[in-house]
Amino acid sequence: MSELTRRQFLKVTGLSLVGSSLALMGFSPGEALAEVREYKLTRATETRNTCPYCSVACGILMYGLGDGAKNALPSIFHIEGDPDHPVNRGTLCPKGAGLIDFVHSASRLKYPEYRAPGSDAWQRITWDDALDRISKLLKQDRDANFIAKTPDGLTVNRWLSTGMLAASASSNEAGYITQKVARSLGLLGFDNQARV
Amino acid sequence: MPLQSLDIVRRSATTLPSPEVRGAHTGQVAKLIDTTKCIGCKACQVACMEWNDLRDAIGSCTGHYDNPPDLSENSWTLMRFTEYENPKGDLEWLIRKDGCMHCADPGCLNACPSPGAIVQYANGIVDFQEENCIGCGYCITGCPFDVPRISKQDKKAYKCTLCSDRVAVGLEPACVKSCPTGAIVFGTKEDMTQHAEERIVDLKSRGFEQAGLYDPAGVGGTHVMYVLHHADQPMLYSGLPDKPRISPTVSLWKGITKPLALFAIVATAAVGFLHYIGVGPNETDERDEDAARRELEKTP
Repeated sequence: MSELTRRQFLKVTGLSLVGSSLALMGFSPGEALAEVREYKLTRATETRNTCPYCSVACGILMYGLGDGAKNALPSIFHIEGDPDHPVNRGTLCPKGAGLIDFVHSASRLKYPEYRAPGSDAWQRITWDDALDRISKLLKQDRDANFIAKTPDGLTVNRWLSTGMLAASASSNEAGYITQKVARSLGLLGFDNQARV
Repeated sequence: MPLQSLDIVRRSATTLPSPEVRGAHTGQVAKLIDTTKCIGCKACQVACMEWNDLRDAIGSCTGHYDNPPDLSENSWTLMRFTEYENPKGDLEWLIRKDGCMHCADPGCLNACPSPGAIVQYANGIVDFQEENCIGCGYCITGCPFDVPRISKQDKKAYKCTLCSDRVAVGLEPACVKSCPTGAIVFGTKEDMTQHAEERIVDLKSRGFEQAGLYDPAGVGGTHVMYVLHHADQPMLYSGLPDKPRISPTVSLWKGITKPLALFAIVATAAVGFLHYIGVGPNETDERDEDAARRELEKTP
């Protein structure tokens, strides 16, 4: 055992070199490793919301990038049903289940836009400008067309020349308040985007 | 039960045994699809794509409700619609959520020649490991339900994972969670079988005499099961096989041919070696050479 000739030594080292070189070049047998895909929501920020599509108002859970730290810009990357929400208990319809592509859609409306009469182009305006313009026009129209009494003296307090279309991504409470605001102005033409 | 997604009981083309000490003592998982409750809304299809970060190409209408028209590497589940006119002359709309059945004896795993490209977890999930996939397509040939699809992009096979990543952390698969009518339910195989039995009793009381559970024994039972109104005719549901089994070609190749071929190779080598030892190389001596030379001289 102790007798290793020069020739044998060279053979052993040479073969080791060839073997390790082949392994490095990718001729080693593959390891049959297997692993499930890493769970992608482990430390994502979970935010509850209401699905924007219809008046069923399913609860959703939105999963955002980052943990809310100042330097991490959040971006929603997954949405699924909220199992604690009494309306849907975790389920969603195909539209709700695909909400993530609605959030990131290139054609999604993200800010108020204004198209002047006769123009064919939309221009971006601030929320302040938009709300100011809406309230001014509403007041102008209401002052001009509000009907307090019918010709035969019946009190009606109605405003028929303007209508309001509310969005559906709102809770019961938001819906209640919207109704109160619209009706207290005397609005009769009042509907919801998703009156299913 | 959930973490058994990490315990592998079988791997393709691997002779070394997998660790077997940890068992499925708390039960294996199963998904039950109740075709009688399905409204064909396709929320499961969308939830599947959303969770698995897949987006199939926008196709064109092919004149039926199936959309996309077939399973693909990006569509791991698909609602298949059948309009069936029953003997009474009434129209029945049979909708089946197609996808991997997660067989207890998977044809794909048996057929796969690439070590560790297809594995079976202790909880019953059959999963593809695309890193090890060589794209040969044997899994498609081996699958009695025609489920796996080879991607045109990376030439690897893809199919439903039963959301092994969700199940591994104790969650239900994405399709199950989304289903608005509760036609897809998830739990232990035992619970799902029991749930199916209750559904079948209910269906029979409503006039579906042949209602039953589809959990075919030909593939050792499945971890995705169906409740069918017509369990006597599964073929009605867009060609769901009546008696699925692993193709005899696969069994023949993997069962008999491989060991036989291996034996033949070893036997050839052994015979060659013994011949070399016993008989030795064929050598000529001086007399043979002389005889040959004389033969040559004789010929004009």
